Amino acid sequence: MSGGVDSAVAAARMVDAGHEVIGVHLALSSNPQKYRSGARGCCTIEDSHDARRAADVIGIPFYIWDMAEEFHDSVVENFIEEYSQGRTPNPCLRCNEKIKFAAVLDRAKALGYDAVATGHYAQLRKNENGQTMHRAVDPLKDQSYVLAVLNRNQIAGALFPLGDTKKEDIRKEAQKRGLFVANKPDSHDICFIPSGNNAGWLRDRLGNQSGPIVNELGEQIGEHQGAFTYTIGQRRGLHLSVPTETGSPRYVLQVEAKTNTVVVGSRESLAVTTIVGEKPIWCGEAPQKEIQHRGFAQVRAHGAALACTFTATDTSITAQLDEPLMGLATGQGLAIYDGDRVVGSATVSETY
Amino acid sequence: MMPEAIAALTEQISNFGNASSLHATGRAARKKVEEARESIARSVGCAPSEVIFTGSGTESNNLAIKGFYWSAIARNPNRNVVIVSAFEHHATLEPVEWLEEHEGAIVRRIPISPAGIVDLKALTAIIESERDRISVICVMHSNNEIGTIQPIKEIVALAGSIPVHCDAVQSFGKVAFDFEELGLHSATISAHKIGGPFGIAALILKNGIDITPVLHGGGQERDIRSGTLNTPAIVAFGVASRLSIEERDRNYEVVSGLRRLLATVVNEAVSDAQINGNSAHMLPGILSVTFPGTEGDSLLVMLDNVGISTSTGSACSAGVQRTSHVLLALGLSETVARGTLRFSLGRTTTESEVIRVGEVIAGIVMKARAALTIAGKGGGEKA
Repeated sequence: MSGGVDSAVAAARMVDAGHEVIGVHLALSSNPQKYRSGARGCCTIEDSHDARRAADVIGIPFYIWDMAEEFHDSVVENFIEEYSQGRTPNPCLRCNEKIKFAAVLDRAKALGYDAVATGHYAQLRKNENGQTMHRAVDPLKDQSYVLAVLNRNQIAGALFPLGDTKKEDIRKEAQKRGLFVANKPDSHDICFIPSGNNAGWLRDRLGNQSGPIVNELGEQIGEHQGAFTYTIGQRRGLHLSVPTETGSPRYVLQVEAKTNTVVVGSRESLAVTTIVGEKPIWCGEAPQKEIQHRGFAQVRAHGAALACTFTATDTSITAQLDEPLMGLATGQGLAIYDGDRVVGSATVSETY
Repeated sequence: MMPEAIAALTEQISNFGNASSLHATGRAARKKVEEARESIARSVGCAPSEVIFTGSGTESNNLAIKGFYWSAIARNPNRNVVIVSAFEHHATLEPVEWLEEHEGAIVRRIPISPAGIVDLKALTAIIESERDRISVICVMHSNNEIGTIQPIKEIVALAGSIPVHCDAVQSFGKVAFDFEELGLHSATISAHKIGGPFGIAALILKNGIDITPVLHGGGQERDIRSGTLNTPAIVAFGVASRLSIEERDRNYEVVSGLRRLLATVVNEAVSDAQINGNSAHMLPGILSVTFPGTEGDSLLVMLDNVGISTSTGSACSAGVQRTSHVLLALGLSETVARGTLRFSLGRTTTESEVIRVGEVIAGIVMKARAALTIAGKGGGEKA
């Protein structure tokens, strides 16, 4: 229970469904901030207080589990490491994969509980082969993308009681249930960087590492203070003094960690039609390998479903997009859908 | 709360005379306050005029620590050393650390032996090297997490003329505590720990000593503590302190017996469980146990589920559990300290409840170990 409206209503719905429920708030920082400023951060002292009050209203026991160490080791360290390799990770995917539906689920099971229910917007459907995961009915809130990193065992221990309802109705339901978290803003930023200044946060940890900014011909046209602070598709913050011939803006095309080089170029050069992802995870039955399937690819949390043809192997997913996509950083999550069903996901390792 | 204290509180709550007023209802309230003060003085072993009522144990500790510090440096700016035991309650540590951060205090922390007793040799060395610079020495009478009683008399002897402040919140009403006999300059006691109400406590401050106030106002309590007296709570505090002393020795026998039984059943069920804190004198109602290879959080959830309430380290702001500074001060590693639970026993605890712990603890520890092994952190380190 994060202290927000979604997990509070999810807990209440689980109680209504007749389950024996305990509320768990995760302490993910060893030095929690006292108060959130705006919607930033998701593990402040204020949030844990709100979560406790929600549990009181619902009438369930409430505990705080200190997962700061696990979170730091598997999410924060991974975030820094990925950036230092010139990739752009999505820490929310890692948190779901390694913390919420791994460390928490494992501990809960060991203590005698059956499943972890969260306030994520996604739907699970039972069939003869187990379960399948689908998009939520509310397209604006659908969070199946950030859950696509879960494997079959993790899905078997997960419950998403909000997937069949629109967010606005969840807010109303919270109000009706007397849960006073109903008017909180949604949180979108990276919870462990409450300042919102990701580049500054990374520089504090990785140091200033100046290096060249080059054009597509390899000519140096500027300098940067750390290639790791750039993301493919980024346009701002390049501080280039040499304009292009046509005056058109330049975008980051590549971040080369080994040579600490940032390559920039025209918007057209950002176009991607083939996405290769590594370390595939199948949340339901794996698709037949080495043959082409039709489906949709999604590469951002609230991004579009892109029609594609995809092929799976034991170690990769390759998606050929029907229409090119502008700018995709390696390290991001590639989720594959069959209609509204999540087939699986992989981490983007190559694009062309 | 004790029924007698509830009766005293509820009776007095409808008499709203201000004990500081001079009219008849005021005088009636004042009489009740003074009777309570005398009752508490008898229970603590001090003069009635040495009892200063405050709103909480935290307030008493803040008043003593800041008061002694400020009055010492006002006379001599070099007297800015504060000595504190490493395993004090947050209500002592925080004001000391505040003085360190904001008021130029130099803080010396007395190390703790693995058995849970302040290291007198280390204290002697600190006092010898900085005697003229010390404003106050703070050592609790007994530790709230592990129950060991501290050698206060020896500390007072070592201190000589240096003020010694003693947080006796855990001890008062549970074990022998005599302010005058110990030779203390000041001590903290609180009503809620002895069957009295919340929101009333006292600083016992030796007559003839003036310390700088923290709250400024009407000077109701010896010009050292200001604020309208909470007469109903004070009256109930007086009743609770009298009864807790009357019942103390009998309660001590009964609760100590339950504590021994609990230690036995826990050790029988979990052979490698370690009891923390070991001295000739212990609080009867606290048992700190480390279960190697577990996380206290997991144990707490499962015990709570079967109706047994325990605590892990001290919960600080927001209930986020932090590894107990007390256990770390004993020399336990962070990992071992996290597998520690505190059982609290009192006059309402029954033998069947203790036996129940013995019945469930082995299974619960096994599950908690499995939880930690799954997390890849189990095994290896032992207490």
